[in-house]
Amino acid sequence: MQQVFKRPLSLKDVQTHFCPGCHHGTVHRMVAKALDEYDLQKRTIGVASIGCSVFLYSYFDIDVIESPHGRAPAVATGVKRAKPDSFVFTYQGDGDLAAIGTGEIIHAANRGENISVIFVNNTTYGMTGGQMAPTTLLGQRTSTSPYGRSLENEGAPIRVTELLTNLEGVSFAARVAVNNAKNLMDAKKQIKKAFRYQVEKKGFSFVEVLAACPTNWGMTPIKANERVGTELSDYFKLGVFKNVANL
Amino acid sequence: MARIEIDEQRCKGCGLCTIICPKQLIILCSKVNNLGYTVAVFDPSAINCTGCTLCAEICPDVAIKVFK
Ligand SMILES: Cc1ncc(C[n+]2csc(CCOP(=O)(O)OP(=O)(O)O)c2C)c(N)n1
Ligand code: SF4
Ligand code: SF4
Ligand code: SF4
Repeated sequence: MQQVFKRPLSLKDVQTHFCPGCHHGTVHRMVAKALDEYDLQKRTIGVASIGCSVFLYSYFDIDVIESPHGRAPAVATGVKRAKPDSFVFTYQGDGDLAAIGTGEIIHAANRGENISVIFVNNTTYGMTGGQMAPTTLLGQRTSTSPYGRSLENEGAPIRVTELLTNLEGVSFAARVAVNNAKNLMDAKKQIKKAFRYQVEKKGFSFVEVLAACPTNWGMTPIKANERVGTELSDYFKLGVFKNVANL
Repeated sequence: MARIEIDEQRCKGCGLCTIICPKQLIILCSKVNNLGYTVAVFDPSAINCTGCTLCAEICPDVAIKVFK
């Protein structure tokens, strides 16, 4: 018998601090696997953000810069321009990317920086105790929307992938999920494709991953995983929105 | 024939592997690990594991190894 599933080389063999059933762990492994597949470990500089994924540098066996809240795409821009032969990706939550970092992501995308962005949308601020994010669904109760998000008060949840798709500078944009067999296979494929864009110097690539935060959703891991396939996928449609080079 | 190994000390008992296995070969047991989580176990007598790796793909804690 041969081992057919192993921990990726780019992922350190350590315990994570993530809550049980948190999809950050699944996405971390998938990103590390994609780095391995293109043999990028040695020339990768990851740019971590603020949120539950803040410990990227403890979990990935690559070089990592920790950026201020929301600023990862700006930091990644500097890194990539200074070291064009490095492989540069950001890993950001929805509070980080779609709230405090709205300006940075839009302009980095619009400039068509040759970087890749992994955007983990769990519809809440996980790390700080489940506050409402721009991506929180209508009616969703959070610690700062105890009666549920309302259209009148807070507006509709932002569909970031669709928003960025409209920018000329964006070469690749997709939304995926990791909640079931089919979605896991597709997520793997799209993350790899996003990385290929950068490897082949074909411009800005973006992958949004719908993710579960069982703790702040007040759900069991299994229920939270289910919610990704129902409520989240109903509003945030999965698919490839842009693929200019047809990779 | 295939089989999996679950690292009991890494498992956080989320149960995601139990729902994704098409053959239902994994269950949460009453055993508690050093972190205080009840862990997942693979049915040691299972002969129908296909080595599809789905359990390992979804495991947020990379606690599963698959052999084929
Ligand atoms: C400048 C600044 N403002 C606010 C915070 C507090 N803060 C830490 S994490 C976070 C939100 C993270 O949420 P998200 O990006 O959705 O990531 P998740 O934890 O859900 O993965 C906030 C507001 C901070 N650390 N720095
Ligand atoms: S609070 Fe949510 S996002 Fe943060 S580790 Fe726990 S489940 Fe994951
Ligand atoms: S490899 Fe496939 S069949 Fe075997 S235990 Fe895992 S999910 Fe089940
Ligand atoms: S998916 Fe991983 S952490 Fe969750 S119960 Fe299964 S082995 Fe344990």
